[in-house]
Amino acid sequence: MLLEVRDLHVEFRTREGVAHAVNGVGYAVDAGETLAVLGESGSGKSVTAQAVMGILDTPPGRVTGGQVLFRGRDLLTLPEEERRRIRGAAIAMIFQDALSALNPVMTVGDQLAEMFTVHRGLSRRAARAKAVELMERVRIPAAAQRVRDFPHQFSGGMRQRIMIAMALALEPDLIIADEPTTALDVTVQAQVMDLLADLRREYGMGLILITHDLGVVADVADRIAVMYAGRIVEQAPVHELYKRPAHPYTRGLLDSVPRLDRKGRDLYAIKGLPPSLLRIPPGCAFHPRCPMARDVCRTDVPPLYEVSPTRGSACHFWRECLDGSAGA
Amino acid sequence: MAAPVPEPAPEPILEVRGLVKHYPLTSGVLFKKRTGAVKAVDGVDFVLRRGETLGIVGESGCGKSTVARLLCSLERPTAGRIRYRGEDITRLSGKALKAVRRNIQMVFQDPYTSLNPRMTVGDIVGEPFEIHPEAAPKGDRRRRVKELLDVVGLNPEYVNRYPHQFSGGQRQRIGIARGLALRPEIIVADEPVSALDVSVQAQVINLMERLQAEFGLSYVFIAHDLSVVRHISDRVAVMYLGRIVEMGTDEEIYEHATHPYTQALLSAVPVPDPEARERRERIVLSGDVPSPAAIPSGCRFRTRCFKARQRCAVEVPALAVPEWFRSEGGPAAHDSACHFAAEREPPPGPAPRREPDGHGAANAQ
Repeated sequence: MLLEVRDLHVEFRTREGVAHAVNGVGYAVDAGETLAVLGESGSGKSVTAQAVMGILDTPPGRVTGGQVLFRGRDLLTLPEEERRRIRGAAIAMIFQDALSALNPVMTVGDQLAEMFTVHRGLSRRAARAKAVELMERVRIPAAAQRVRDFPHQFSGGMRQRIMIAMALALEPDLIIADEPTTALDVTVQAQVMDLLADLRREYGMGLILITHDLGVVADVADRIAVMYAGRIVEQAPVHELYKRPAHPYTRGLLDSVPRLDRKGRDLYAIKGLPPSLLRIPPGCAFHPRCPMARDVCRTDVPPLYEVSPTRGSACHFWRECLDGSAGA
Repeated sequence: MAAPVPEPAPEPILEVRGLVKHYPLTSGVLFKKRTGAVKAVDGVDFVLRRGETLGIVGESGCGKSTVARLLCSLERPTAGRIRYRGEDITRLSGKALKAVRRNIQMVFQDPYTSLNPRMTVGDIVGEPFEIHPEAAPKGDRRRRVKELLDVVGLNPEYVNRYPHQFSGGQRQRIGIARGLALRPEIIVADEPVSALDVSVQAQVINLMERLQAEFGLSYVFIAHDLSVVRHISDRVAVMYLGRIVEMGTDEEIYEHATHPYTQALLSAVPVPDPEARERRERIVLSGDVPSPAAIPSGCRFRTRCFKARQRCAVEVPALAVPEWFRSEGGPAAHDSACHFAAEREPPPGPAPRREPDGHGAANAQ
């Protein structure tokens, strides 16, 4: 296994109390595999990734438990120096907002070249040549000229390509992409997702794609982990999950998205709101919004039950949900 | 397939003709010289009928939000007419303009910045009554505000709370309550659900549909999300670089698009169905959208179009039913501004998916 997150806990100390952002998350991704982590805002999907990368804001954030095993070594116990070497070279991250992730006063060429001078000890000249090569790789037209441009001189889609180029520079084993296309228009989103998928195949990397978009997941992911209130509520191969969700939250999400390929009648709306992380409901965190909730859901936290060797669901009544016998 | 019998169309409530909004580009500090113009909206025509929802889709910079602002008289057009109940409202001012504005209200995209953080919810929703005091007598306003909160599904007891005490979805409900306060006939909603999470987005869409039926509202629903627009709209207009390039009923646009831009746009939308992955055939557009300050000659889409030929560079295609579809009728015969308008060949593959079904049954197999 390339990366394995085990029972990760992260909390934030705030003025109003302790926010439990991640409460025992576990997932794994293999080389050459795309894992989608799906969740709404506040589900803990990005915080988990930040903890994996070691870029959590501490304080107020704090990892309070768990392991992050990269090729079998726990990143959380490594000395910072060693961790930094892995970050960037072996695991790279792509952020949603390329404009604020890139340095505005450095040309993109210098930013790309810096990766090679710092991590690989290349000469400036050789690094510059590498930068141009990378920009061509991510299909930026006229790369040799544009290497001297600043980030603001590029369109949103082109900037996202530069971010991808930067992530790829040191040929990492794993890329974590946090909402990489959320800020982009749909035609540009399609270009960028295609590029990312092609490069992932070409380099044989693992990819963790963090997103709220069920469409993007269906398009590119092999497996999916659905998060709610800091926990994984369902984990499955992507085809199986869309066909037969085993958790009422997943099912509610699938039924609440308007579809391009068919004119629906009423949209199903999950009632209520996601919980505050300061006051996560006891028992199953989803129970106040769940159409299937019963007494046991209010008291007992559901473990991730094994639905099949490749699937898990954190619902006491997953069998019922899977059979589709209950619902709204 | 027999051509559907046309229903008698309801009367138009809003008629837009040749709408243009250019923002001048100037150089120099003291003596500003006009050096060009950003052509945000560059000749838009459409009709909104009573009780219907017209969806306007397009990518960033296509001018859809500018159209929204023009419809609400938040800005004056450079040229063109907007007729509300037969009267051109673009030249109105003073009292007459105020009266029209009362009937055309706007709901904004961002529920975080469109509500004044220092006003209570009661004051926000009741503010339209301050501007239009004739709409509700002073003593009655508090009650009306509570009623409005109830209508949009918020607890009326929350009148004294502030916006930051609400979630994004609840804030959007507050924005909608404010839009409804004056009992308008038309609501122009600019990306009303884009900032919301999926589970909350469905609640707000359902709310808007319920309110439309309850109050007989007409909607102009502007969004970049093609799936949301399909769900809520009766008719859809696709905009590109300041113009409508294709317009028709939801079926005409989504199942029988004839404009290459619409086709590319539709093919790019990820569908939440992994089975569709193998079947999909994406039209990938090259390049970026040109600047609205330097619009290409002829057809403005030609620089990115996979069908472009010489004629496209010289002749501006009109938004009309293409001649070759006119005689045969059917869903392909709708307005499309392309010299070479044609339906896409259906992609080869397994039979079309099963019929849409309701919640619950959708997952049982």
